[in-house]
Amino acid sequence: MSQPIHSELIEVNEPAGRWAWLSLREIWQHRELVYYLARRDVAVRYKQTAVGVLWVVLQPLLLAGVFSVFLGLLTRSIPHEGVPYPAFVLTGMTMWLFLAQALSKISMSTVDNSALIAKIRFPRLVLPLTSVLQPAVDFIVAFLVLIAILVAYGVVPPIRIVLAPAILLLGAATVLGLGVWFAAIAVRYRDVKQIIPFLIQAMVFVTPIIYPLSVVPSHYRILYALNPFVAVLEGFRWVMLPHAPSPGLLLLVSVTMSAILIVTGLLYFARAESRFADII
Amino acid sequence: MGADSTHPAIVAEGLGKRYDLGYTGGSGLLSERLEGVLRHPLRRLRGAPPAASRRDAAEPFWALKDASFEIGRGEAVGLVGRNGAGKTTLLKLISHIARPTLGRVTTYGRSATLLEVGTGFHPELSGRENVFLNGSILGMRRREIAAKFDEIVDFAGVEAFMDTPVKRYSSGMYVRLAFAVAAHLEPDILLIDEVLAVGDAEFQRKCLGTMRDVAGQGRTVIFVSHNLNAVQRLCTRALLIEGGSILRDGRPSEVVAEYLDLVGLEQASGSAEIHADAPRFGTGEVQMRALRMLDRSGGTTTTTYLAEPLTFDVTFEVLDPVDAAVFELGICAADGERICTVQSIDGSREPTPLRPGVHTVRVTIDVTLLPREYVVDVGMHTISGATIDWVERVLRFTALNESAAGDDHYRWPGVRGYVRPVSSWGSPATGGTIADWEAQPPVRRAAV
Repeated sequence: MSQPIHSELIEVNEPAGRWAWLSLREIWQHRELVYYLARRDVAVRYKQTAVGVLWVVLQPLLLAGVFSVFLGLLTRSIPHEGVPYPAFVLTGMTMWLFLAQALSKISMSTVDNSALIAKIRFPRLVLPLTSVLQPAVDFIVAFLVLIAILVAYGVVPPIRIVLAPAILLLGAATVLGLGVWFAAIAVRYRDVKQIIPFLIQAMVFVTPIIYPLSVVPSHYRILYALNPFVAVLEGFRWVMLPHAPSPGLLLLVSVTMSAILIVTGLLYFARAESRFADII
Repeated sequence: MGADSTHPAIVAEGLGKRYDLGYTGGSGLLSERLEGVLRHPLRRLRGAPPAASRRDAAEPFWALKDASFEIGRGEAVGLVGRNGAGKTTLLKLISHIARPTLGRVTTYGRSATLLEVGTGFHPELSGRENVFLNGSILGMRRREIAAKFDEIVDFAGVEAFMDTPVKRYSSGMYVRLAFAVAAHLEPDILLIDEVLAVGDAEFQRKCLGTMRDVAGQGRTVIFVSHNLNAVQRLCTRALLIEGGSILRDGRPSEVVAEYLDLVGLEQASGSAEIHADAPRFGTGEVQMRALRMLDRSGGTTTTTYLAEPLTFDVTFEVLDPVDAAVFELGICAADGERICTVQSIDGSREPTPLRPGVHTVRVTIDVTLLPREYVVDVGMHTISGATIDWVERVLRFTALNESAAGDDHYRWPGVRGYVRPVSSWGSPATGGTIADWEAQPPVRRAAV
């Protein structure tokens, strides 16, 4: 077999096998594409809106304000882990908005970039991966504001705040695991677009965002912890608030769910992606 | 330089691609499918043939069947065929965008695919940001793009606007910048799908030039086009694809001739229908539908007498309104060489606004063609020069060697050239006609 002069690259395009595996090497080769696509998302987000960065900060603040008024003042029965309720709910809301925004962006990442899928060759997983990054940048901005506001409320975050990046990573992995399922399904069924907002709304009530885990009756907690976002929210409050309870063994259920989601999600995506260009 | 048959660039073996139409048709809504089941629950119970529900929904369609070929390094190969024949599918398989259903294709070296100019351009980003984004989408490394950045900007001719969002670009600037990025890819294999359909004449010339350069550097180019002249000029080989199969593989001139035969163009009957799937290119707001050549009494003809004006009826369908359209008709020699071009704006006439519907325009051309065979191209552009629709070699006609009245003809039918302009011949001394010449005293050689 002869060798080409310019490159020794030989690639074979064959029918997809029954099982496909992720080529991490291929994704690594496309890291610059991930960077430029994420940069595009960040640039567009901050260019288009008049208030730009302000919007990122306003969103959690407004939501926290609304919940503080309706829940904090009307029902004084919600425990809030030794900090003023507005500080409690803003902490949860900051993390939740990242998760919600990333989930909807990842889920629509294939459909929103259908021109790229139909016309360009690249590992499709680049799209969901990229979609975590812009919400993550927003989160970092909101996170800094959160610290300032907590301090203003007289709440000094404990030293374990250094674990915040780990919690962010857990959140990103969880949302990616769920999101790649939707991203792959959305290629065939556009219904995903209708389902996501509904799902996000429903999740607000079954995730400890505006109330702590301790509110949930203990015999339901195992069931409740099947929601993988429980560990992310409880974990985030634990690193941010000095008197928050440390995440117990129960949260292992939640983390295990995250792990299952990400493994199955990536496998399903890898298997489905060979047909994306045909049906998108 | 030139093809290298011992070093393959692309090897396809029994390549086939099936699409299940049920999945691509419709809006792809799960709810729509459920609705179908809910609305016709009885149909199933009554024992209607399952074909009506299940089978039809996923009717397989072979976009490409059993394609085998080998392309050597340095070859420039044109893919011709009707719309939907499978050309783009083949490009997508070679470029690994889609997976084959059967067979396999092996590529040797780095390949780059240009199915569309400017895929991934974002209107809100500046020209500079888009160059880096688009470059990385096309598979270039950041360092490569940075090294070629000045060249790219230079090629596109938009230096002054690199920090302006591309949404403020004119469509011409946009396309130039997008193509400039693609033109600076340095792949071993370049796959291009009908990019010449967009942009003005100058841009198209640049595209063709770039492709010629790429092929000249010993790299492999595969090029889909309805611009048959470009295929013949640029390619060393052509493949004719019809109904998903490779019908012919050979020299461009032979393959193009077979293609023209296949689509029934270059009609010698004096009247040609131009089908929707005829080889055409352009932005598509208007489609040429028919071309008819008329004789003096208004009947259809395939011949024209010497010194008789040429008259054509061009029938076209306007699908979307056009503000300022320019008709063009070209007369070519049988080998495709353009002899003359007439446009509806010649002589500073205004361009034509077009409303949806089917219309016919009549053009009369006052030109005396020398006796031989000619073919006619017809199409339409916008006033800025972008092609709306263009069809080549629609009609074939013969210019005869005698005038309609029989009072004029060429003594030697094999006279060279293509046109006979009006000329006058006389004496410089008297200004008289050539007939008076004999009456003049011969000019004496001047004394030394």
